[in-house]
Amino acid sequence: MARPTGSPSLRLDDLIADPQTRIVVCCGSGGVGKTTTAAALGVRAAEQGRRVVVLTIDPALRLAQSLGLTALDNTPRPVTGIDTASGGSLDAMMLDMKRTFDEVVEQHATPEKAAQILANPFYVAVSSSFAGTQEYMAMEKLGQLREQARREDRWDLIVVDTPPSRSALDFLDAPKRLGSFLDGRFIRILVAPAKAGGKAYFKAVGATVTVAVGVMTKVLGGDLLRDVQTFVAALDTMFGGFRERADATYALLQDAETAFVVVASPDRDALREASFFVERLGQERMPLAGVVVNRVQTLAGNLSRSRAEDAAAALDEATPRSSASADLLRLHADLATMAERHQAQIGRFRSGNPGIAVTQVPAAARDIHDLEGLREVGATLAG
Amino acid sequence: MTPSSTPTHPATAGVRLHIVTGKGGTGKTTVAAALAIAIARQGKKVLLAEVEDRQGISQIFDIAPLAHAETLIFNDPAGGSLWGLAVEPKAALLEYLHKFYRLGRAGGLLEKLGAVDFATTIAPGLRDVLLIGKVYEAVGRRTGRGRSAAPVYDAVVLDAPPTGRIGRFLGVNEEVAEIAKVGPIRGQADSITALLQSRITAVHVVTLLEEMPVQECIDALAELTAKRMPLGGIVVNQVRDPILSDADLDDLAGGASPQLRAAIADDLTHAGVAQPNTTADTLLAEAAEHLERLDLQGEQDQRIQAQGRAVFYLTALADGLQSGGITVLADELHAQGMV
Repeated sequence: MARPTGSPSLRLDDLIADPQTRIVVCCGSGGVGKTTTAAALGVRAAEQGRRVVVLTIDPALRLAQSLGLTALDNTPRPVTGIDTASGGSLDAMMLDMKRTFDEVVEQHATPEKAAQILANPFYVAVSSSFAGTQEYMAMEKLGQLREQARREDRWDLIVVDTPPSRSALDFLDAPKRLGSFLDGRFIRILVAPAKAGGKAYFKAVGATVTVAVGVMTKVLGGDLLRDVQTFVAALDTMFGGFRERADATYALLQDAETAFVVVASPDRDALREASFFVERLGQERMPLAGVVVNRVQTLAGNLSRSRAEDAAAALDEATPRSSASADLLRLHADLATMAERHQAQIGRFRSGNPGIAVTQVPAAARDIHDLEGLREVGATLAG
Repeated sequence: MTPSSTPTHPATAGVRLHIVTGKGGTGKTTVAAALAIAIARQGKKVLLAEVEDRQGISQIFDIAPLAHAETLIFNDPAGGSLWGLAVEPKAALLEYLHKFYRLGRAGGLLEKLGAVDFATTIAPGLRDVLLIGKVYEAVGRRTGRGRSAAPVYDAVVLDAPPTGRIGRFLGVNEEVAEIAKVGPIRGQADSITALLQSRITAVHVVTLLEEMPVQECIDALAELTAKRMPLGGIVVNQVRDPILSDADLDDLAGGASPQLRAAIADDLTHAGVAQPNTTADTLLAEAAEHLERLDLQGEQDQRIQAQGRAVFYLTALADGLQSGGITVLADELHAQGMV
């Protein structure tokens, strides 16, 4: 496909061949093929000699099976069928969000206190359904894998698939959101009013606080507020460690050993999300390798849309030898229209994001659900 | 404008609250918007609401971002109108507090103390009660007092959270069971559940004919059934137009014969296409890939059909939603009797 000069193309082979690359994070909005991209990169890197672990969040069943993932057990397991001739290997795992959270608690608290926290109804709610917990735990797991890689020298490349959030930015914001929620003003007021700003402050706003707590008790119920109080009090001692870890992982994402790959499809919405993400990574000084646009309609041959339409119309007027001829031309015109639209969307993205490397993955006729399919995707990602 | 004589499908007849869900990326916002347009074009007053702070509606209609206030999107010549609303949990909570506790300015103080943030993040169930509560209120709102007063909106279309969260989102009763055993929240959750389980509500699931979206669609149908939510239709989005006739498909099945290739090349020559032989090969290769896609679609369509639900199909528009594509989809839904 012709590219306007000056727009670099993304060469992922160079990225995975570079031993300095230790972490690749695939992110993008839902339904754009993030997991497939992450898995394909993992397979390709492994077959080129990297010792890889792929962390997936919520893979399609058949894709998971192709990686030998049958259980969500939070443990990396070897993927069979990988060509290890170059000395590489591939492990894969699915994130168990609640289990990961439990482990964090167990690591940071005395057994007695951990048991108390794990049984707290508010903890159960937060660890299994708080918006952002999955993102937070994906980050936590990434940090753990990085530590384990360093300690055991089992892997030299971690490929992470990010949670299927409604927007690509959730991945960066959610951990902070959970942190700032637990650190939030009202929680602090509930747990220890004086901490909110000294005794004088509390005296001044005392009546308001009483009203506020009263209303919240009515709205949320006294039990929940008590659960929150005991939970936050129990967490308080380990809270520093908690936050430190989140900060450390955030810093890891800014490190030169990390590369972000933003995944999109050639639709307006997905590419707009990709633009937001590219911009945001720049603000956070997180290293962006480039953008992968999946499912792009390509067009073989050099028959244009309008010529195909004209020819089909001409055949309608005549008596063609095959009734299929005009229909095949119409099919071609349809594909050409879609290909034009995709290129127009990508072109708009490129001009809005100058200097950002982009690679396009042609739309496959079938879903990808085996290693062979992942190898083919990997080959188009190579650059 | 399409004729309004299409009989409405029994799965959606009498429905006033349409809840649209689907896996991310399947086009559920597009389908919700198309459905709302289709209803408005029948001379009805329709509210299209979103609850995920995505501004999906304003993007589809190319209008300024919506606020937590009902905004007119368009008036239809048939006398209908489409209104948009982006429900925002904090604003909904303040409204709610005002309504039930007559808080007045104290609401502002709660906000200042972080209590509003706290309450809307702390209990996902509460957040959902607030979000659906706003929709519930819009469905039940009447033009005047008394039982004979007409509803303000003939229909409300909700662009709901995706399939992965829809069960929890609609299951507000179970969700708040922990936090509220009595009191206004409990009462609100009970009323919402009664509406959601009534015959004026239908939950529609949007899917593509691809493995993962279909799987999520089937899973969601099972979950919603278990929660006794009234299911409407399955909307299959972006269906590839077969383009090729049955006769073509027969000719092409099992690979193109040399005779067919020669005939097509001749036809191309006749139609003035350059390089007829290479072009014939290109066209046949495209057809082979197209057939493979149609096969895959067929497989997935069988899984959908096996659900025994009303199924509505939307064709993939080659040039997307540009140049009025959304109204084409609205017409297709209407022509199939979804509304």
